[in-house]
Amino acid sequence: MFQNLTDSLTKALSVFSGKKELTEENVAEGLKAVRKSLLEADVHFRVAKDFVKRVQEKAVGQQIIQSIDPGQQFVKLFHDELTELMGPEGAILPHADSGPTVLMMAGLQGSGKTTTCSKLALYYRQKKKKKPLLVAADLQRPAAVDQLEALGKQLGIDVYKEDVKSDPVTVCKNGIAHARRLGHDFVILDTAGRLHVDDKLMKELERIVEACKPTAVALVADSMLGQDAVNSAKEFHARLPLTGVILTKLDGDTRGGAAMSIKAITGVPVLFVGVGEKPDDLEAFHPDRMAGRILGMGDIVGLVEKAQEQIDEKEAARQTKKILKGSFTFDDFLKTYNMIKKMGPLKKVMGMLPGMGAALKDVDLDDKQFGRVEAMILAMTPYERQRPQVIDVQRRRRIARGSGNDLQAVHNLIKQFKQMQKMMGKMGKGGGMPPELMGAPKKGFRQGKGARPMGGPFGGGKGKSPGGGFPGAFSLRKPEMMWLERTPDQAGPDLGVVSLHAPCAGLMKHLPAMESVLDW
Amino acid sequence: MVFRRIVKGLKKTRDKLASGLASILGSGRQLDEDLLDELEETLYTSDLGITGTEIVEEAKRAWKKKEIQDVADLKVWLHKALLERLSGCTGQVCRASEGPTVLLVAGVNGSGKTTSIAKLAHWLKRDGNKVILCASDTFRAAAVEQLTHWADKIGVDIVKQGTGADPAAVAFDAVDAAVARKADYLIVDTAGRLHTQKNLMRELEKIVTVIRKRIPDAPHETLLVLDATTGQNAIRQAAEFSEVAPVSGLILSKLDGTAKGGALFGIRRELDLPIYFVGLGEGIEDLEAFDAEGFVDGVLGDALEAEEATG
Ligand SMILES: Nc1nc2c(ncn2[C@@H]2O[C@H](COP(=O)(O)OP(=O)(O)OP(=O)(O)O)[C@@H](O)[C@H]2O)c(=O)[nH]1
Ligand SMILES: Nc1nc2c(ncn2[C@@H]2O[C@H](COP(=O)(O)OP(=O)(O)OP(=O)(O)O)[C@@H](O)[C@H]2O)c(=O)[nH]1
Ligand SMILES: [Mg+2]
Ligand SMILES: [Mg+2]
Repeated sequence: MFQNLTDSLTKALSVFSGKKELTEENVAEGLKAVRKSLLEADVHFRVAKDFVKRVQEKAVGQQIIQSIDPGQQFVKLFHDELTELMGPEGAILPHADSGPTVLMMAGLQGSGKTTTCSKLALYYRQKKKKKPLLVAADLQRPAAVDQLEALGKQLGIDVYKEDVKSDPVTVCKNGIAHARRLGHDFVILDTAGRLHVDDKLMKELERIVEACKPTAVALVADSMLGQDAVNSAKEFHARLPLTGVILTKLDGDTRGGAAMSIKAITGVPVLFVGVGEKPDDLEAFHPDRMAGRILGMGDIVGLVEKAQEQIDEKEAARQTKKILKGSFTFDDFLKTYNMIKKMGPLKKVMGMLPGMGAALKDVDLDDKQFGRVEAMILAMTPYERQRPQVIDVQRRRRIARGSGNDLQAVHNLIKQFKQMQKMMGKMGKGGGMPPELMGAPKKGFRQGKGARPMGGPFGGGKGKSPGGGFPGAFSLRKPEMMWLERTPDQAGPDLGVVSLHAPCAGLMKHLPAMESVLDW
Repeated sequence: MVFRRIVKGLKKTRDKLASGLASILGSGRQLDEDLLDELEETLYTSDLGITGTEIVEEAKRAWKKKEIQDVADLKVWLHKALLERLSGCTGQVCRASEGPTVLLVAGVNGSGKTTSIAKLAHWLKRDGNKVILCASDTFRAAAVEQLTHWADKIGVDIVKQGTGADPAAVAFDAVDAAVARKADYLIVDTAGRLHTQKNLMRELEKIVTVIRKRIPDAPHETLLVLDATTGQNAIRQAAEFSEVAPVSGLILSKLDGTAKGGALFGIRRELDLPIYFVGLGEGIEDLEAFDAEGFVDGVLGDALEAEEATG
């Protein structure tokens, strides 16, 4: 459903070839693509409009850097601007000069306040050596006090509670007094979820602020929020002295445009992001990554950082050459895979590639399954690994036995590998993606449902799509960028796990270039 | 008409914030290109996404063909266009031909599952049904206590084990209990899970499998609870949950705020799922059957004015 922005821009901005600078005319299509991408990401209509307009003014007149794809230059411009808007990086909570630091939570129902309270308590205890106290001031939601108590118990963090017939303002005041008495230096007030239009409950928050003078007030916002995020954020901001925003549930596949809306409307910085339900699923906020996510570029920055640590550039370049010559072997495959593996769980790494997130969602890209393939390759002799064509049925039987797989699995692997070799060979010779491999969207593929790109050992689980299609629309113009240019709805041959080789090697080869795009 | 509770309860503040289409359509303005652009913006801000663009393009064509001549025409046309996209979207929760009807409730974290279950149980009990709840959210802290609170309040039975128990095992026990106690409905609460979490989605699959071991055609309904404040991600949620569980209908919670829940239109483009109920508050009474007209009025924003005018 979400088309990769870089993809669509590359298309939209093909008008640039030969042009010297960005002009009002030649960026028009690109602007449309950016605006569309922002709206798909749930950025508020107004916010998106104003932002695009502002960046347009900056863009026009810029020289096109010839060595770089104008589409990427354009994205980079937006990425930088958005990063700035989403900043600062790593905003920190203020702490009280004297007495305990008091952090008050506020937000809509179910946004993640209570869970975040426990995450913060753990974070401040571990990282800042604080002695936290949780105060259960949600007397409204059934079992809210129990919930906080259970979390506190689980983490060994004290919880202050009163009878539910008490009043939240009183509970907060008493909780802080309790903290002073017992030497807690970090107090977190969990409040009930409420609608911004619920005047009575909004007044209650105002009263807590007045009575407790919290050091900081955090708005906890669900990153899946849609256009209405501006309405609620605006009202919470108007009523409360917000210090920062905490974005939750970013572990899903939301593009998180609400974050941009909230920041643009309130100007309040994002402090932390929630990336899971467990107490340690709290991370510092990185505006650049958020910008990439909202724009639909994947987490390029994160990927580059990871890759820089792990990847041997020379090796990567060699691999890409071999791929394009169609002469890569099972050994090469293992080498690439091992490099990628060092970067983290396979799915996570691949998911960071622009446009791959959505495509991979339906694929059981499980390192264990990859491990099976690895076992098969390791069961080959060095000679076989170098010359896959010699692996006849007898050898296959042995490999199957040696790796604890059935014969069919070995058949599949070798078939896929050969297909891949052949296809890459054709591409390398300048033939482009062979038409028979381009494959029109297969039957059963529905627009907007995201691709199910791989078959073979990975994609076959649900037996719905005939697999294939990872390489999608490769382009020869820039082989090292092939992974950037696949369109999600195009299916190709059944290349299974082997098809990962190309994007992986392509990715590695492309890194230096990517870096320059990001750095200038 | 409409969702009365919204009108009564939070009307004032809601009006102040929700720009609605009322300002565009009710101001005696000329129908022109600008107005149609503003219309697109308003539809977008109701989370209609691509559907909004489509509708405005259609409206522009109809205007060029003189099928729409002025703002009054546009209003009627719009209402119809939106309603058409929801056609066939209402329905009623089914009843098993014999034995307990099993309703499985799923959704992402914090969408309003547990509260919706309480409302639903109350609704069904009020209609004279014997209802049993099943606490299969064994993961989130105090999820069992939360459901227990509601069961006590409504006066229905609950089948539960502790936090950390196997959710499928709890469901299995609950189905047994429902059969033994001759319940009319069994409503199974599940832990919130993001549709991207493969292992948790498999867990949901397993709950379905286990329920079927006892009653082969159960769950008779799998209800997906969507939060009305959610944007385009709601479409992914509906699609992905439908992949692993036999989702048969939707509940749209938290429609009592200023969000319009327009993502429903996006869901309808992809999936043919009825919307059974809307949630309009945190209490057990705050559930209403989905009413397409009322929903469209809510999106168009002018329904409120109409209601006020007529008292
Ligand atoms: N996946 C994921 N789930 C989260 C995250 N943060 C919170 N949750 C889940 O979201 C649901 C709601 O979280 P709560 O902490 O109860 O939310 P709340 O804002 O306190 O809710 P109310 O008090 O009812 O307003 C729970 O199921 C949490 O486990 C996150 O970062 N990722
Ligand atoms: N205003 C409003 N709040 C609602 C509605 N439905 C649920 N809530 C609130 O939303 C919050 C989350 O509701 P739950 O029922 O706990 O949500 P859940 O999906 O069971 O959450 P998890 O089990 O943690 O995933 C609670 O504070 C509810 O009171 C609604 O229709 N309107
Ligand atoms: Mg809470
Ligand atoms: Mg629940």
